[in-house]
Amino acid sequence: MNIGPDIIDHLAGIEAGSRLDRLRGERPLTRENAQASYRALFEPTDPGRPTLKERFAVAAFVAGLHGAAPALAFYGLQLRETALDDTLPAAVGIATDAGRSQGPGGRYPAGPLSIENTEGNVFQVPEVVQAALGPRLSAAFEHAHLLVYRPRDAAAASLQKLLDAGFSTTEIVTLSQIVAFLSFQLRVVAGLKALAAVPAPAPAA
Amino acid sequence: MTEATLSHQGVNAPAIFTQAELDWFPWLEPLAEKDLTERHWAGLVDAGRAKSPYFMLLARDPDILGTRTRTDKDIFYNVGAGLPRAERELAATATSRFNGCIYCASVHARFAAQYSKRRDDVQRLLDEGVAVDIDPRWNAIIAASVALTATPLAFGPADIERLQDAGLDDLEIADAIHGAAFFNWANRLMLSLGEPSLPA
Repeated sequence: MNIGPDIIDHLAGIEAGSRLDRLRGERPLTRENAQASYRALFEPTDPGRPTLKERFAVAAFVAGLHGAAPALAFYGLQLRETALDDTLPAAVGIATDAGRSQGPGGRYPAGPLSIENTEGNVFQVPEVVQAALGPRLSAAFEHAHLLVYRPRDAAAASLQKLLDAGFSTTEIVTLSQIVAFLSFQLRVVAGLKALAAVPAPAPAA
Repeated sequence: MTEATLSHQGVNAPAIFTQAELDWFPWLEPLAEKDLTERHWAGLVDAGRAKSPYFMLLARDPDILGTRTRTDKDIFYNVGAGLPRAERELAATATSRFNGCIYCASVHARFAAQYSKRRDDVQRLLDEGVAVDIDPRWNAIIAASVALTATPLAFGPADIERLQDAGLDDLEIADAIHGAAFFNWANRLMLSLGEPSLPA
């Protein structure tokens, strides 16, 4: 298996020996397991399904929905290398542009929290790219959009749509982990980049 | 094989954020203990988690469960230096409150209350929401967790400066960032793979 560079360091622009490199070095298990999580999802020992192409397509879509430019470039490149031609990457780009929204939102069980309910837009893959994505990825993107922006609207019926599109129970677990892991990874990158941009205050004398 | 979602009799969905202990019911079939291989046990990390339907469902992909669990444990339990456990749990609670994960918020509000000994302040976060005014340090940690949780990502240097002004150093800030980021992972699994219920 290709060990490769640390993806969070790569996406956050953290260079060896820098302040942020030393800071991450104080939490070696976090750093190591965040990277191992990336590898478990994107360099699996037994890819099976979701296929690598599906995994990178979902990752590129999720990175794009977050407005995370370096991650979109990274996962987009992986997708292009896996997809072999540009039909799928182009379709993912169109779906991403159509899907941009704001979160987190959604509805609570009826009661005192109902005043916090928001009506997020329910994403449907644009008709023009449905054929290029196919039924599995179309369903996966609609579910990923729900998890990214309206996680509290998720319901058993949302999972049934994935089963109907041909995902097994185990494949749904993997798909959910991809979207949820990206939601973590992209935020660690955003947080560390912001931290790197602000000098540490001088220690008190 | 045709697979279907699960429905459960007697689910009593909590309609408020609470520090009470809740149940959680999966919408997809967890693995059965008798079907676990060595790789599944390794993914569970702690054998005791075989009693949890949540972890037994996630065990269907054992490699990512194992690395996820080890990431989780280091972010929250490695407290030899950096942010105190109470404030890591505060970041987890604020994130869960903002994303709307009533189950995750209940677990981590209990931890925040236990480690800070400030049960009432934690309850105010649950009751009033993430705009609650507690004290400058907790407000800063809550605000940073919320800013980092919004999509599209808009977390920036001003969020770091507020944490610095509240007295957090680089390692403490990194711990708060990881605590909030991790719950963006956890909340999405907990919210989308099953549902919470008040105990019968």
